[in-house]
Amino acid sequence: MFRVEIGKALRRWRTWLLAAALAGVPVLIVIAVKASPPRPQAAEDAPPFLLQIVRNGMFAPLTGLAVVQPFFMSLAIGLFAGDAIAGEAQSGTLRYLLVRPVRRVRLLGAKYLASMALTGALLVGVILAGLLAGGVAFGFGPLPTLSGTTLSTSEALVRVIGSGAYILVAASGITAVGLFISTLTDSGPGAIVATVIVAIASQVIDQIPNLHVLHPYVPTHGWLGFTGLFRFPVDWSGMRAGLTVSAAYTVAFIVLAAWNFRRRDVTS
Amino acid sequence: MTFAIRTTGLTKRYDGVAAVDGLDLEVERGALYGFLGPNGAGKTTTIRMALGLIHATSGAVEVLGERVTTDRGPLERVGALVEEPAFYRYLSGRRNLEYLARAGGRGEDTRRRLARIDGCLAQVGLTEAADKRVKAYSQGMRQRLGIGLALLGEPELLMLDEPTNGLDPTGMREMRELLRGLADGGTTVFVSSHLLAEVEAMCDRVGVMAQGRIVAEGPPGTLRGAADRVRIEVDDVTAARAVVERTPGVSILSASGEGAGVLQVLLAGDATPGALNEALVAAGIRVNALVPERDTLEDVFLHLVEGIDVPR
Repeated sequence: MFRVEIGKALRRWRTWLLAAALAGVPVLIVIAVKASPPRPQAAEDAPPFLLQIVRNGMFAPLTGLAVVQPFFMSLAIGLFAGDAIAGEAQSGTLRYLLVRPVRRVRLLGAKYLASMALTGALLVGVILAGLLAGGVAFGFGPLPTLSGTTLSTSEALVRVIGSGAYILVAASGITAVGLFISTLTDSGPGAIVATVIVAIASQVIDQIPNLHVLHPYVPTHGWLGFTGLFRFPVDWSGMRAGLTVSAAYTVAFIVLAAWNFRRRDVTS
Repeated sequence: MTFAIRTTGLTKRYDGVAAVDGLDLEVERGALYGFLGPNGAGKTTTIRMALGLIHATSGAVEVLGERVTTDRGPLERVGALVEEPAFYRYLSGRRNLEYLARAGGRGEDTRRRLARIDGCLAQVGLTEAADKRVKAYSQGMRQRLGIGLALLGEPELLMLDEPTNGLDPTGMREMRELLRGLADGGTTVFVSSHLLAEVEAMCDRVGVMAQGRIVAEGPPGTLRGAADRVRIEVDDVTAARAVVERTPGVSILSASGEGAGVLQVLLAGDATPGALNEALVAAGIRVNALVPERDTLEDVFLHLVEGIDVPR
């Protein structure tokens, strides 16, 4: 079932369009920086990774991940998880899958795993495109950390891949929320938009200082925790918080999605 | 004996309103069964419950001897078309069948289905269009692909909801022949329709559904016979009325004239034109003509379904 889902996604234009858009982000950043290198006086208001690109191409995939995460990845999760059941319901194919028969819980499981795998593949695309563009434009070298120490090139690569892995795992909570939303409606676009809105609203809430009491409970809390990998020593606190929240949301919303999908009448 | 489909007290209520109301239906194996009813009679709701797509409010449905629930779904030996066919529009017809053959199956079963794809496409006449995207299919082609999908698992039972929808007259005839052939080969075919002529032309047995219940059931011939009309010309309409009203199983549809005139009556149950004639003659009424006006199934249908009689 999982393989069927992946196969279907790979035959859709929008999957490739999304992959191209995401992989294009680090490439665009490299081109922009190469075309007009940031002057030192601009240093104060630029994001920490961006300035470093000129010195080390390894920053390109990292900046790519950081830029892609808040919106493009939310959009991807909307398209994969939000559309998972609602899209099948809208096209009417849901009833033919269930009549096959595919058990409802099994279908949900396959959809969840497929969504995670596809999001992961998109992030791999971002990292590869970033490494390629950054390497060609600026070359690789030891990576300075945010704490002032340096990492060897191979160690830096491991941390970059680790960042991608963390971003994916931290997205599991929103993916589960998207899957639950998907069981609520027969409108694919509706579920996609709702999922993207939840993901973005959650990040916005997480950014507003006045709402700090809510911060530990929003599903995207700790999404930026991977920056801790570039401190010395590694700062695990953000990632620990992020993984706890996403694990809680994953369990809760998969259970909710399964409960709702099983009790539901499929009338689409 | 186990039935292909058997429902006991099957009920589905939406907000307290019964769409299917205590339905008891038995479909024998090997039959080509026509499930007739106007739109909104509850046919699709019944089929959806029999396929485990929606929950029954109460009652139960067994398909091929196994209870169907939303958790389990139907057996793999059931092929279905529910309302219109639906496909992944961005995939070709063949790929659609391939994905649905792979979905949710075990190895052996999936391989068998995959091996049948070409045969099923040929059976519904889509060999040439198999590699076009479904997006480019006409409604008739989609309908045929839907039947092809239903045939993929070598079904013992086919449940088809309005299978001739969107087909042109040639397509309809081909569909009837295909279903007839499958039924003759031993497959139970359960077809819903709101088209009487179609059901009459192809089915062995017909169940008429209205307002969530079966209102008539039997071979198309007896169903039609169950409510025959007779036109009687008599010399004394008033006296004849009195006789007719005393005769069980006979009801008056219309009467014209006081003395000589015409009565139109409906015969049901054991009442026959001969017995009615005998009763009239015994009462001293001269019967000038007694003409059976055999109902078309359509009249029966309208009579059963809407409780109205067709003006002639």
